[in-house]
Amino acid sequence: MSARIYLPPAADAQIRAHAAETYPYECCGALLGRELDRCREVLAPFPLINRRDDSPRNRFSVTSDDVRAAEKAARAGGCEVIGWYHSHPDHPSRPSEFDRQHAWPWYSYIIVSVAEGTPKEMNSWRLSDDRVQFSLEEIEVKLQASA
Amino acid sequence: MMFRGETLKMSVKVIIPTPLRPYADKRESVQFEAKTVAEALDRLTKQYVELRKHLYTDDGKIRSFVNVYVNDEDIRYLLKENTPTKDGDTISIVPSIAGGSASIAVAQLRNCFRLKCAFNLKRLGSIEGIRWRQSFIL
Repeated sequence: MSARIYLPPAADAQIRAHAAETYPYECCGALLGRELDRCREVLAPFPLINRRDDSPRNRFSVTSDDVRAAEKAARAGGCEVIGWYHSHPDHPSRPSEFDRQHAWPWYSYIIVSVAEGTPKEMNSWRLSDDRVQFSLEEIEVKLQASA
Repeated sequence: MMFRGETLKMSVKVIIPTPLRPYADKRESVQFEAKTVAEALDRLTKQYVELRKHLYTDDGKIRSFVNVYVNDEDIRYLLKENTPTKDGDTISIVPSIAGGSASIAVAQLRNCFRLKCAFNLKRLGSIEGIRWRQSFIL
């Protein structure tokens, strides 16, 4: 069975709105959520500032301090950071080679494609244990994973 | 008080980040005797070999997006991997998250293409421009 991630409609809307707001630059943020038996669930996105000011149209960066802030927020909410999201302005929602080089397995990496300012396709990816490739994780937009 | 012949215990705790716990017997932290960060990480990746490729590049350097803290201090602002550790210190491994839509080379090529298109649009009315438009139809 392929991996699956549940995304509440409000979180889906929030990520898309963030991507539209920062267009033509990339947006980024953490996914606060929890691991369930055979899937995982996003409880809330945690928008962050793209720290790349040299090439924000095709790059994003979340500093380790921002990562620690997201982890702290997750702990305060009784959950954990289960992944990250970012946008690809005028580019498909699939990971680049640069994404692969800077990723860890286990995390869910949600990428939303933004075409001329309008958020379009959204995909979630997980890196393989050997770091060689990403595979798709099915996104289900649903109020609660158990619902 | 130290007695002759007694060795000083330098026990540090290494916290394993959640994504890497599957490669460390699902442990949240591990305790090691280590005098420096390098020694602690070396022991960690020797005990859990599968961790190594997620922390180090093939040529043995810590990956650019992997950050190491001793207590609350980023080792980049201390002595990097040679940062000494003392008994009771906590070492945290924290990723910085980076990525993007395309390689810089691809982005530059795309920009070149856009500039070329803009240039070509300016000469659409000319005979040269008509030929250029025809090249798309063929």
